[in-house]
Amino acid sequence: MSEAVSALAGKSSSGFVTVAEAGLQGMITLRADLSAPATAEAVRAVTGLDLPAPRRVTSGGTGAVLWMSPDELLILVPHAEAPAAVARLDESLAGAHHLAVEVSDARALFTVTGAAATDALRKLAPVDFDAMDADEVRRSRFAQVAAATWKSGADEWSVVCFRSVAAYVFGCLANAARSGSDL
Amino acid sequence: MSTRLTRGGRLIDRSAPVSFTFNGRKMQGFAGDTLAASLLANDQLLVGRSFKYHRPRGIVGSGAEEPNALMGLGTGNRFEPNQRATTTETFDGLVAGSQNHWPSLEFDVGVVNNALARFLPAGFYYKTFIHPRAFWKHVYEPIIRQSAGLGKVPHEPDADTYEQAYGFCDVLVAGGGVAGLTAALAAAKAGKRVWLVEQTGAWGGRAPVDGCEIGGEPAQAWIDATLAALGGMENVTLKTRAMVSGLYDHGYALVYERLADTTPGDGRPRHRLWRMRAGQVITATGAIERPLSFYGNDIPGVMLASAVRDYVVNYAISPGDRTVVVTNNDDAYRTALALFDAGLVVAAVIDARPRADGALPELVREKGIRVLEGRAIAKTHGSKRVTRVSVCAQVGEGAVLEEIPCDCVAMSGGWSPVVHLWSHCGGKLTWDEAFAMFRPDPTRPPLGDKGQPLAVTAGSASGAMTIREVLEDAHAAGGGEGAAPAASGPAEAPMMTAWVMPAGAPTKMRAKMWLDYQNDVKVSDVQLAAREGYTSVEHTKRYTTLGMATDQGKLSNINGLAVLSDALHQPIPATGTTTFRPPYTPISFGAIAGEARGEIFQPLRKTPADAWHDANGAHWEPVGHWRRPFCYRKPGETVHEAVNREVTNTREKLGLLDASTLGKILVKGPDAGKFLDMLYTNMMSNLGIGKCRYGLMCNENGFLMDDGVVVRMSEDSWLCHTTTGGADRIHAWMEDWLQCEWWDWKVYTANLTEQFAQIAVVGPNARKLLEKLGGMDVSKETLPFMTWAAGTLGGFDARIFRISFSGELSYEIAVPASQGRAFWDRLMKEGAELGVMPYGTECLHVLRAEKGFIMIGDESDGTIIPQDLGLSWAISKKKEDYLGKRAQERSHLADPDRWQLVGLETLDGSVIPDGLYFPAEGTNHYGQRNTQGRITSTYYSPTLKKGIAMALVKHGPKRMGEVLEFPDTEGKMIKARICDPVFFDKEGAKQNV
Repeated sequence: MSEAVSALAGKSSSGFVTVAEAGLQGMITLRADLSAPATAEAVRAVTGLDLPAPRRVTSGGTGAVLWMSPDELLILVPHAEAPAAVARLDESLAGAHHLAVEVSDARALFTVTGAAATDALRKLAPVDFDAMDADEVRRSRFAQVAAATWKSGADEWSVVCFRSVAAYVFGCLANAARSGSDL
Repeated sequence: MSTRLTRGGRLIDRSAPVSFTFNGRKMQGFAGDTLAASLLANDQLLVGRSFKYHRPRGIVGSGAEEPNALMGLGTGNRFEPNQRATTTETFDGLVAGSQNHWPSLEFDVGVVNNALARFLPAGFYYKTFIHPRAFWKHVYEPIIRQSAGLGKVPHEPDADTYEQAYGFCDVLVAGGGVAGLTAALAAAKAGKRVWLVEQTGAWGGRAPVDGCEIGGEPAQAWIDATLAALGGMENVTLKTRAMVSGLYDHGYALVYERLADTTPGDGRPRHRLWRMRAGQVITATGAIERPLSFYGNDIPGVMLASAVRDYVVNYAISPGDRTVVVTNNDDAYRTALALFDAGLVVAAVIDARPRADGALPELVREKGIRVLEGRAIAKTHGSKRVTRVSVCAQVGEGAVLEEIPCDCVAMSGGWSPVVHLWSHCGGKLTWDEAFAMFRPDPTRPPLGDKGQPLAVTAGSASGAMTIREVLEDAHAAGGGEGAAPAASGPAEAPMMTAWVMPAGAPTKMRAKMWLDYQNDVKVSDVQLAAREGYTSVEHTKRYTTLGMATDQGKLSNINGLAVLSDALHQPIPATGTTTFRPPYTPISFGAIAGEARGEIFQPLRKTPADAWHDANGAHWEPVGHWRRPFCYRKPGETVHEAVNREVTNTREKLGLLDASTLGKILVKGPDAGKFLDMLYTNMMSNLGIGKCRYGLMCNENGFLMDDGVVVRMSEDSWLCHTTTGGADRIHAWMEDWLQCEWWDWKVYTANLTEQFAQIAVVGPNARKLLEKLGGMDVSKETLPFMTWAAGTLGGFDARIFRISFSGELSYEIAVPASQGRAFWDRLMKEGAELGVMPYGTECLHVLRAEKGFIMIGDESDGTIIPQDLGLSWAISKKKEDYLGKRAQERSHLADPDRWQLVGLETLDGSVIPDGLYFPAEGTNHYGQRNTQGRITSTYYSPTLKKGIAMALVKHGPKRMGEVLEFPDTEGKMIKARICDPVFFDKEGAKQNV
């Protein structure tokens, strides 16, 4: 297999917080009946994680499970493991109506790191970050494109968007994090 | 003259002098000054010219209401016109210039208008320039445009940065005067998340200037203590230089924060626009004093009484050596007292009321100042500065009783609450007869999503007129527990309306009484409008331009509609107000644009191979938000030459197209086949696994909306290719049907468009290239036309779709986007000896047109059905239903007279211009020439070495061989023969090898 590269090859920029493309990240879209025990079991088998409640994230180890909609999850696993994880999900859910598909390369993932990380995010997304719980994920709009964001570390937020607009979102985040423009 | 006093000035820092220039003259001010204060300190009272008559204009107000002191600020890439000197803070290096004068502020040739003023009545432009009609466009408008407009347009891109941010709070308090502070503290103590924003740089509003006492102390002490308390609370956000510019539905409010106006180039954003969601908005926006309408009330030196004492108390400015106060209320006496306390001369207080014996007038009399009761100003004398006033009785017609020399007139016609925010989103007003003002009606507030009040007013904005009422009202507005802060002040006697001064002023005087200073609207203009039949206040506003200037009538509106009501013989509430619209005062375009400029002006979607295209001569074309190569130019090549080369090379050797932008939607589930049979006009459920089929999608009105190749991936999954622009739309369309209509069907979709880089390998050498890469059998037998296979191709995870949009042997190969660039590079490298060349979207268009393939957006335009395009073969006759089926059976869509797709070739081989219509005999019922068809696509075919076109023609397929004659855009006649739209390789031999 050819060597894979992420949309911006790990580009980063430092202002009052640091914005960096996170590189390759395995991602799987799973659409299924989230109330079915089989779905939870299948996800646990792949990630070791519980299903998140609506608008929540469960994370641990090298993975995370993000609630996207009443019948959709975004599952994060290491990039190289995504195809195998899809196969395992298909196997576990055989017979149950579901759709599991790799979307790793359809997306770009960014981290925004620093004590004032949300100051940068507040300039782009109509999200009340003060009212968000630590394990919440928010699908919203970042400037002119769709994106999702969640707190992925002590001073770190993750932002995931579509791959084709990676340069735009990076530009917006870096601009929002410009030194001297903290809120 | 106006000058700086040696003592006082609560807002200025005398230890921090600043220098600035005005019209090139160097001047000095202090930190804390507004530009207006600094100009007055330098005896620069004359600050501009009025719009229509070019009359001299002086500073009138001290805040957002200022109509006259408009400046062009900054230079070059930081120049900005129409900035109010009263809200601009002076800083070292500030460059300011006055506007609307030529050749100079002191001597203006436009002032000749003055003598012609009586020839420029209300509606002058409408009346004069309406005939002859044709003159408007070619003669009148260009001339008027020359002389119109106050400020100059900046000519360089703005050097500063701007941004927006989203804010959330329970309570947004607009206005940081004592009312706002009180309301904010009350709300904050109740645990609410509070934002308190103040448009100026200073907290406290008018209370310290007006000498109020709160809690037994001077107002300033209470303000300082309250600010300290608020500053210590975690749930409170305090912002100065931040104005709530508008209130919108559902508690959405815009807060315009000015961060770096006084420190240009310091790296911070100049302005920040906060897009707020507030649970509740408290408008503590204060009140604005009204001018009085008397002869010559626009002469520089005539100022609002409140502004005069603002300048004295806040900035230690003496606006004049000798001031006359003219009023119809007690409040203006505070100005007399402030002037007296500063050691300045108050020549007299002219009070329109027959009696002035309240506490404040008595206090003024005690200082030895003359109080003239029942008097008015008959005339203000002077041109660029007031020199004296003539006094008359208010009740008479203006017979002069005495003359009083003065160089400043401080006028007060009472106060109007600032109701703008309250009104922006539907809050209603009620007329208060006692104070002659429209005040917010608390029983009819702007409403939120559940019918709850969105806003509540506090303090003077409610119409509260004494400090005690202000604080009680604000405390209640903030939901305060217990008693409001105690306050006391002198009792005030009732005011008396004096809309025209004197009451019986004859026409000649009324023609010199200014209502709108900036637009030169006078009492006589409004009265003329009423006589001419204008009864609606909104019409009168537009006819006279009253309140249409950059100040939006903050001073003139109430006076104007009082005059209008009088002329219409109706009470003021029957006339009503004009509409209050955001923003409260103008906000910068930069703040509105926010981050959206330059590289991030809008999203630019890029494929994984984008950088290669960019480095290899791509001539870009926007397709949706994507950028795609239109063609790849080689050095010295024109775009046209490049396209022709790409077409020929692809037909003869090997072309590569970056088709990654095509939509790819995975549809999976037990009901997926049934679902796709409904979405597409043809059958998809019976497509064999491993097979591909071209499909058409129509909307429920029967019109063609998208096309593409559908691929059967497995027993229960299909991959639907859409057009580039259709990917997101079609995915949403699918979800719409699944979520809203067929919610019980077991189907899931996923938009995989960007997961894959998809490269079309096209041309006679296509198979050779793939065989060279190796790893998959791409032979005709194993991978025939319209099939697909997955595997490893040259080390890449690949799906190969054997489909063709060019008529050539063609494979579209999808690899994960993370491998896309490497795959492209490999194809280019391995293809070199096979004559590979990339091709762009225009070559794609020519290739498909040579084959007669339709293009969504060219042959279709939202009014075209597949049957128009000879695509009946792709419409299932067997299916009971599909989206659009019933619509296509309606009479107009089933009409045999509908225009049908044909090919066209010119008799001389030339290329037909795009978009032409073919005329037919006769005219329609609008008297327009009948038509019988139009061009949908037209190209030069390098393969056939002539122009080819596709067209929709009435009964077209039955008219093969007929020659149409039609004019081009220059009127030259074109002759073209109707032919089969498939121009090249009609048998399809080339693609099926």
